[in-house]
Amino acid sequence: MSVIQVERKPLSFLERTYLPQIVSGLTTTLKHMLAPNVTLEYPEQRPEISKDYRGVPTLVKDPNGREKCVSCQLCEFVCPPKAIRITPCEIPEDSPDAHVERAPKTFDIDMLRCIYCGLCQEVCPEEAIWLQKQYSMVGFTRAEMVNDKERLYELGGTLPDDHFKWDKKKAAEEAAAHGGLH
Amino acid sequence: MDPSRYFDLPLWLRLCLQSGAVIAVLFPMAAACSMAERKISAWIQGRPGPNRTMPPFLAWIPIFAPIMQKLGLFQLAADGGKFVFKEDPIPGHVNKLYFVLAPILSMIPALTTIAVVPFGAYFNQAGELVPVILANVDVGLLAVFAVSSLGVYSIILAGWASNSKYPFLGGVRASAQLISYELSMTLSVLPVFLWVNAPGGNGTLSLFDVVQSQSQPGLWGGMWFVFLMPLSAFVFLVALFAETNRQPFDMPESESDLVGGFHTEYGAFKWSLFFVAEYCHMIVGSAVFVLLFLGGWNPLPWMPLSSVANWLGWVDHPALLGALAIVLFMGKVVFFIFFFMWVRWTLPRFRYDQVMKIGWQKLLPLSIGNLVFYAIAIAVLERR
Repeated sequence: MSVIQVERKPLSFLERTYLPQIVSGLTTTLKHMLAPNVTLEYPEQRPEISKDYRGVPTLVKDPNGREKCVSCQLCEFVCPPKAIRITPCEIPEDSPDAHVERAPKTFDIDMLRCIYCGLCQEVCPEEAIWLQKQYSMVGFTRAEMVNDKERLYELGGTLPDDHFKWDKKKAAEEAAAHGGLH
Repeated sequence: MDPSRYFDLPLWLRLCLQSGAVIAVLFPMAAACSMAERKISAWIQGRPGPNRTMPPFLAWIPIFAPIMQKLGLFQLAADGGKFVFKEDPIPGHVNKLYFVLAPILSMIPALTTIAVVPFGAYFNQAGELVPVILANVDVGLLAVFAVSSLGVYSIILAGWASNSKYPFLGGVRASAQLISYELSMTLSVLPVFLWVNAPGGNGTLSLFDVVQSQSQPGLWGGMWFVFLMPLSAFVFLVALFAETNRQPFDMPESESDLVGGFHTEYGAFKWSLFFVAEYCHMIVGSAVFVLLFLGGWNPLPWMPLSSVANWLGWVDHPALLGALAIVLFMGKVVFFIFFFMWVRWTLPRFRYDQVMKIGWQKLLPLSIGNLVFYAIAIAVLERR
C-alpha cells in the first residue's frame, strides 16, 4: 500500500476557538515588525555583485594600455540578437601596435538588442570582450542606449592579461630574424 | 494668556470651535490612518514603507523634514492631493444620483457619531468632573449604534448604484454582515449597562457615565470592564471588526474575490471618501471600545483621572487636565487603531460562509449566554 491513511486528531476546544492561533500569529507579525527591514534602498545602497556576474558587455585593454580587440568580428557573427556592429581597420605601420593584426575602427553594441547571453565573451579569441559587473543601463533616447567604442572601453577598463599573445609573437619573430636559420 | 479664559466664551462659540476642532482632528487622523496602514504593513513585511516623497521647498528644514519624509507624511499629502485633482470618472452604466450620493452618505454617519463620544474630562468650577464632549446626551451609546449602522447604507447604495456584479455582491454582503454582527455587538454591551445602571438611580446609556463607573474607589469600582466582563469585551471587539469591515471580516471589499467589492466602479476623491469614512468608523469604534471596557481617560485600572489630577494639582486647571485626559484617551484609541492594522496584516480573510457561521452560530449564542450570566450575577450581587 503506497497510501497511508493518517488518523486526523480531533481539534481541542482551544484550537476550535481559533484564539491561540490568532495570538501566535500576532506574535509572529509583531516580531517581524520589530526586526530590521530587509529592503535594500536601491539608489543609495547597491547590491553586492558577484565576480561571475554577466552584466553589460564591455571592451577591455591589456595592462600595457593596448586595446585587445583585433576586430575579427567573431562576436558580431555569433551575437544571437545581432546587437554588435564592428568596422575593422588596419593598424598604421608607424604605430607601436603595428605587430597586432588589426583593430576596430568602430565598435557599437546596441544595448536595446543585447540579451546578455555572454556568447561574445565566450567566442572572443583575444579575451577582449567581457560581461562585467555593470548592471544598470539607462538612457533617454535609443541613440544613448548604443554603446560606442569609447564608451565600451570606459566601461571595460583594464583587465590583467596572462598571455600577451601579440608581444610574444613579435618577440619570437624578432628572435627568428636575428639569430634565425636564414 | 490664561487657557482657562476659554470658558468665558459664550457656549455657542465654544461648541462651534469644538466641533471645528473635532472635525479638524478626526478627518486628518482618518487620512493619516491610511499612511499608518501602509507603514505598519510595510514594517510587518520587513520593508521600510513609503519614505521618499519630499517637496523640494521643504527639504532645507533640518530635523523636521527628514522625519516627516521617513514617516511618509509628505506621501500622504501627495496622495491626498492626487485624489482631489485626478479625473473623477463616473462610468456610463451607473445610476448617477445614487452613485455620487453614496460616498457623501458614507461620511455623514462617520462624522456624526463622534458628537456623542467623550474624549476626556476636567473639573469645572463647582468641582464636578465634566466630559469633553460635543453633545453630552443620555442616549450616548444608542446614538452611536443607531447612527454608525447607517454607514452600511452608503455601501449598499454604492453597490446598487454601480450597476455591476461585484459591487452589488459587496453591497449585499455588507448588509448581511451588518445585521449578523449588530445583534451580538448590542447584546455584548448590555451587561456593561446592567452594571452601570444601579437600581433606583437614573438610567443612562451615556458613555461618560460608563467611564465614571470605572473610576470609582475600591476594588470593584476602579476595575475596568475588560477585567470584569472579558467575554463582553471580546465579543464586542470581534463584532467591531465586522462592523467596520476590517480584515478578517472585509467581506464587502474582499478584493481577491470581488475585485474591489462595493468600490469597484469608484475612483479619485469619491473612492477616498469611502476610506476616510471607514477609518472614521474605526476611530469612533475604537473610542467606544476604550470608553466601555478600557476605562476611557483613566491612565491605569484603579487609578482614575481624578486622583492623578489631585497629585498633579491640576484640579483648578481645567484646560490642562482636559488636555491630559484627551492625550490619555487618544493614546488608547491610537493603540486600538494600531491593533486593527496589526490584525489586518496577520489574519487571512474569512470565507463568506465562515463569517455568517461565526456571527450567527458562535458570537450570537455566546453574547446571549454572556448576557444571561451577567444578568443573574448582577441580580445576585445587588440583592446581597
